[in-house]
Amino acid sequence: MLRKIVIAALLAGFAYTAAAQEKVLRVVPHSNLNILDPIWTTAYMARNHGYMVYDTLFGTDEKNRIQPQMVEKWSESPDHRLWTFTLRSGLAFHDGAPVTGEDVVASLERWGKRDSMGQKLMTFVDRMDAPSPNTFRIFLREACGFVLEALGKPSSNVPFIMPKRIAQTPADKQIDDATGSGPYVFAKEQFKPGDKAVYLKNTKYVPRKEAPSGTAGGKQVFVDRIEWNLALRDAQSQVNALVNGEIDILEQPAFESYAPLKADKNIQVVNSNPLGFQYMGRFNHLHPPFDNPKVRQAALAAFQQEPFLRAQIGDKEIYRSCASMFTCGTPYGSAKGSDVQSKSSVKKAQELLKASGYDGTPVVLMKPTDLASIGKLPDVAAQLLRQAGFKVDLQAMDWNTLVGRRAKKDAPAAGGWNMFFTAWVAPDIWNPLTNPAVGALGEKSWFGWPSDPAMERLRDDFARATDDAKKKALAEQIQARAFEIGTHAPLGEYINPLAARRNITGFVTGPGNLYWNIKKN
Amino acid sequence: MFLLLRLTPGDPAAILAGDAATGEQIAKIRAELGLDRPLVVQFGIWIAKVLSGDLGQSFYFRIDVATLIAQRLEPTFALATLTILIAVLVSVPLGALSAWRFGGWLDRALMGFSVLGFSVPVFVLAYLLIWLVSLKLGWLPVQGYVRIADDPLLFLKHLILPSLTLSVIYIALIARVTRASVLEALGEDYIRTARAKGLSELRVLVRHALPNAAVPIATVIGIGVAILIGGVVVTESVYAIPGLGRLTVDAVLARDFPTIQGVILFFSAIYVLINLLIDISYVFLDPRIRY
Repeated sequence: MLRKIVIAALLAGFAYTAAAQEKVLRVVPHSNLNILDPIWTTAYMARNHGYMVYDTLFGTDEKNRIQPQMVEKWSESPDHRLWTFTLRSGLAFHDGAPVTGEDVVASLERWGKRDSMGQKLMTFVDRMDAPSPNTFRIFLREACGFVLEALGKPSSNVPFIMPKRIAQTPADKQIDDATGSGPYVFAKEQFKPGDKAVYLKNTKYVPRKEAPSGTAGGKQVFVDRIEWNLALRDAQSQVNALVNGEIDILEQPAFESYAPLKADKNIQVVNSNPLGFQYMGRFNHLHPPFDNPKVRQAALAAFQQEPFLRAQIGDKEIYRSCASMFTCGTPYGSAKGSDVQSKSSVKKAQELLKASGYDGTPVVLMKPTDLASIGKLPDVAAQLLRQAGFKVDLQAMDWNTLVGRRAKKDAPAAGGWNMFFTAWVAPDIWNPLTNPAVGALGEKSWFGWPSDPAMERLRDDFARATDDAKKKALAEQIQARAFEIGTHAPLGEYINPLAARRNITGFVTGPGNLYWNIKKN
Repeated sequence: MFLLLRLTPGDPAAILAGDAATGEQIAKIRAELGLDRPLVVQFGIWIAKVLSGDLGQSFYFRIDVATLIAQRLEPTFALATLTILIAVLVSVPLGALSAWRFGGWLDRALMGFSVLGFSVPVFVLAYLLIWLVSLKLGWLPVQGYVRIADDPLLFLKHLILPSLTLSVIYIALIARVTRASVLEALGEDYIRTARAKGLSELRVLVRHALPNAAVPIATVIGIGVAILIGGVVVTESVYAIPGLGRLTVDAVLARDFPTIQGVILFFSAIYVLINLLIDISYVFLDPRIRY
């Protein structure tokens, strides 16, 4: 009997020690996680969830270069129409099944029905097949210059690779099964929406040998478990919890929290997304007064970026003016055509408005009252537009009302709108094909619905171009055209560094928060 | 409520689709959720499901509304119970003392505290308590919830601050009602008789005044519990407690119609049940009451 008790005590002690040694990273993500299908939605939380559980064929490194990830090697036919890819060995899904070319083809087909860049790629694709378990091929009808850029796309929708049985789910239906082949396994039974999401280390994951860089390189996992605290939404409580050591990482502190966080010796502020975000004001091209390109030009001239950034963010260390629509510091970042905005003034805006024939139609600006990160932009816009001579109707509403209303094509007086503001993470807008705001397919375009055949011809030429210099030149032409027709107004860029306890190291830079290579010391 | 929700601006499909979604994608989601059907048809489907015991599936969380409510019930129920427990244990003696020492410094001090309890916003009190008790003294955690089955001690530790925060306003409310009721009872003939019999003041207060003042006190406690179940939004937000209050707010912000409808139905049932219990309790508190 005594022996049994001793053994039981030893076992209990061992279990306790093992549990105590388990490294748990406690994270407060930037938003709530409700959708687990990163192909079905473009929500960044679903994308970040995707990076935890899925792997990608290619990644984008810190210098914005496409690098192989699940792919070992690939080749391209001389006419650029046949692409053959070989998967690296040892790839397996969480259920133990090996990753095959058929899984890849099914995943790409589903992604190609949802993602804007994927849809564009599929207009070039004749067919895809998997001639052997670790190979897949893409046959193009005609050459196009963004196959690798599309496959290594770092932000929503990321072409994550899923098992064929899951990827065969219709693209307009959400998947329920989060089986992937990524560095973490989603603990579905522990997932409580609005409370917590748990990810366990995938002990069978075989990382690449290269050092981690952006979404590329080796995805080494040094913690046993990551817990996303979805219940902690109050900004002040988030800071209190970090200061008190109850959480390890706060993904997106409020701008006004940086000063107290930096002052705490136990806290570090880490810029893990150096390219950051870009603010944008979007015109509705369907209704007066912004159905008139000259009026849009006048509004662009009124929108100097500095007042927006100063009012919204305040801290000069984390914002910068940027004349480019494609993110400054990236391959297509350029000031081409931006003079109408970047070298303008209120006086110029007044002159342009007078010349436009503006008839005094009020501009309905939608202002989200519950989204601190963009809530001040409409106030600044209203003031600048008034100074330029516009009549402004600033309407306050919660963000989700705004999201519903911006999808309406009705006239502003009938529940529609003239302008709203938002922010994009750099990879979503750094390319003329991914940037939804420069699309000009009329009613098929992103909210605002600009229509411009010349712009679409330029974007098609960009999609076909295979030469980097030509692509760069076309991107500049696209941007110049976008400023000319006033698709939207870029309003400057900012970063939103994360805050973490000092004992957390190994942060990887990327479009969102990436949780490989991270250590809890 | 069904109609009001659908008249409110906002589109659940647009919220679910994400920032870069096209109008076409949003329309598809709307159809998938059944929101493109006539309102009468939507109502018919919902009511038929409710009658068969199915509250439907959440648009936003994609799980059954009944499961969602069940997941969120424990934290809210625990918070409400502890809050009321603290409130009753503190407020009833305070109110009785106040009445006993009517007009004296104790009465004025307690009623002053009561006014303060009503006046200080819950979030201000919450931040003050967190700053003092958690950040400066390090006695209790800032946020979070631990299930009682997982760790009873941690469960209590996580609930003390939120319960204290919430209980202040209920202490103020119940203390005032207790004071008024006991004051009324203390003026009755049977109290004079009790004193004439030579009973101690404590016995007069506890044995004769308080039981006769119990009906209004029980009423206000019952109403307090009912309000607490659905009215702990701010406290749950500040202390990151995944309860029904937070669920309601998340559902409203996401225009998650099935969840809002389910939660409101649940709250209504709770109110009815609590009112029934209050009415039943009158029979035991005052034998003169018969239904």
